[in-house]
Amino acid sequence: MTEGILIRVTGLSIGWDDVVLQKNASFDVARGDIFAILGGSGCGKSTLLRYLVGLEDPTEGTIEVTGIGRPHLDGGRPRFGVMFQSGALIGSLTVGENVGLPLQEWTDLAPEAARAIVRAKLRLVGLPGVMEKMPSELSGGMKKRAAIARAMALEPNLIFLDEPSAGLDPVSAVELDELILTLNKSLGLTVVLVTHELPSIFKIVSRCIMLDRDSQSIIARGDPRALRNESTDPRVRPFFHRTPHETKEG
Amino acid sequence: MALLVHVRNRLEAQGIKSEFVGASEQVQGIVHLYEGDVHLPPPKRRKPESALAQIGRATVNVLIEAQLVFAFFGQMLISAIATVRAPRSANWREVLPTMERTGADAVPIVILINFLIGFVMAFQGAVQLKQFGANIFVADLVGLSVTRELGPLMTAIIVCGRSGAAFAAELGSMKVSEEIDALRTMGFGAMPYLVLPRALALILVMPLLTLLADLVGLLGGLVVGLTTLDLSVAGYITETRKALTVWDVYSGVIKSGVFALAIALIACQQGLATTGGAEGVGRRTTASVVTILFSLILLDAGFTILFHAFNL
Ligand SMILES: Nc1ncnc2c1ncn2[C@@H]1O[C@H](COP(=O)(O)OP(=O)(O)OP(=O)(O)O)[C@@H](O)[C@H]1O
Ligand SMILES: [Mg+2]
Repeated sequence: MTEGILIRVTGLSIGWDDVVLQKNASFDVARGDIFAILGGSGCGKSTLLRYLVGLEDPTEGTIEVTGIGRPHLDGGRPRFGVMFQSGALIGSLTVGENVGLPLQEWTDLAPEAARAIVRAKLRLVGLPGVMEKMPSELSGGMKKRAAIARAMALEPNLIFLDEPSAGLDPVSAVELDELILTLNKSLGLTVVLVTHELPSIFKIVSRCIMLDRDSQSIIARGDPRALRNESTDPRVRPFFHRTPHETKEG
Repeated sequence: MALLVHVRNRLEAQGIKSEFVGASEQVQGIVHLYEGDVHLPPPKRRKPESALAQIGRATVNVLIEAQLVFAFFGQMLISAIATVRAPRSANWREVLPTMERTGADAVPIVILINFLIGFVMAFQGAVQLKQFGANIFVADLVGLSVTRELGPLMTAIIVCGRSGAAFAAELGSMKVSEEIDALRTMGFGAMPYLVLPRALALILVMPLLTLLADLVGLLGGLVVGLTTLDLSVAGYITETRKALTVWDVYSGVIKSGVFALAIALIACQQGLATTGGAEGVGRRTTASVVTILFSLILLDAGFTILFHAFNL
């Protein structure tokens, strides 16, 4: 693992129109981390990812992606891969073309070589033989895995995943965890992911932050295993122990 | 249960006291689940907006929309210049299929509609002109009105209904399913990748469709001339050629190019501005067709004044 900060977020506020989801958030993602963004449904995890990858402009605060920046915003070759919660495959292209899209645009590979890479990436996420299918012919979980393959097409050093294992069967989910862990260990891939899967969090995540919508702030940060064992915060504990919140008033 | 709770809340809002009493343990649990035992604060009434305020707001909205379209036009020009400088960055592959979809596939309907337009024009004109024994001038009437006005305008309206709506719906559904965002994270801007190829295809295809429309429009007139006015084919054609200058045809073709730009611009702008799921796509598609039709008429009036001012 190489040391150093890869993403530095300082004083960031996020939200939609007049709804504020987070105020003055600051955190760092280190190179080689598997970094998780946790929190209840609708607390703004996907929204935070949109800011991190540059789809929304922060009105307050800054986001620095050290060393690589975000050249794709000016139509340059993207330096990291992104997988959206819904997959967001291009509906008018086949799955193979979707995965091959970044290769075709940003590399000078011969079409044959590009196809071979696409096939290899799809096999990596456990989707052999869907090259010629249209995205509408895939199940939700298959779409997600194809989107992960697309995010990894250019072999970036940094990848953003929004709930990669939600909607996958337990076996595929575990295989995906293994894949992420392997890429992280062997290539030093930095992963920023949103997830709700406790087993996966405890297994692969090295550091996490937990967002809270009511207080519009980060309510916990650090190693998820340590948080599970040590946190006494009534908003954090139920998450790691899978217990319902104390109901307010009787 | 939810309904009962709702009824109780409504009664309470009108100042009538009511309670759930005598429920068994099990039922009480359900009452609690639906918050039937919570007393709501009285809801505030919203004052309905006055007609004047509504008209004012609608006007402001129209102005804002117009401003957005112009801003979009500016972005498109910048993007087009960047593309001319670096032709590799554009998505040329999509131009030909789009031309086929918007042009070739529209040929039958363009032929049918414009033939009928020419036919009807000639028929209506003939009734009047017959009274003065000026049968032959039907050729002038049809020739001028089809090439200068009706050919370009009817073609634009057809293309608006077919392709304008299609562009808006296509880009709109891509927007709401985050496909546009995904493209952006891969370094594909919506302008060079989606908008420019569509605009280029329409600008290339519409003048051709307009020429075709002119031709079948004249043919429609000719058919009326032959069947009800006892004119000869040669006579009709000679009269048409006497009445028309090359400029009459050119002006129509120039107009159609501008119409094409307007259709692509508004349809793509509306499509990319879509928010709010499938319903949003529908709303934007409708809005784009209405806006395009309005702008076509406006542009056409502008052209008429312009050409008149320069005596063209
Ligand atoms: N396009 C949008 N326009 C306006 N508000 C939005 C939009 N997308 C999301 N929101 C709002 O932002 C809030 C956070 O949404 P977000 O998708 O970031 O949640 P999330 O934490 O990813 O939830 P989940 O775990 O269910 O995916 C939600 O309450 C939602 O109402
Ligand atoms: Mg989400």
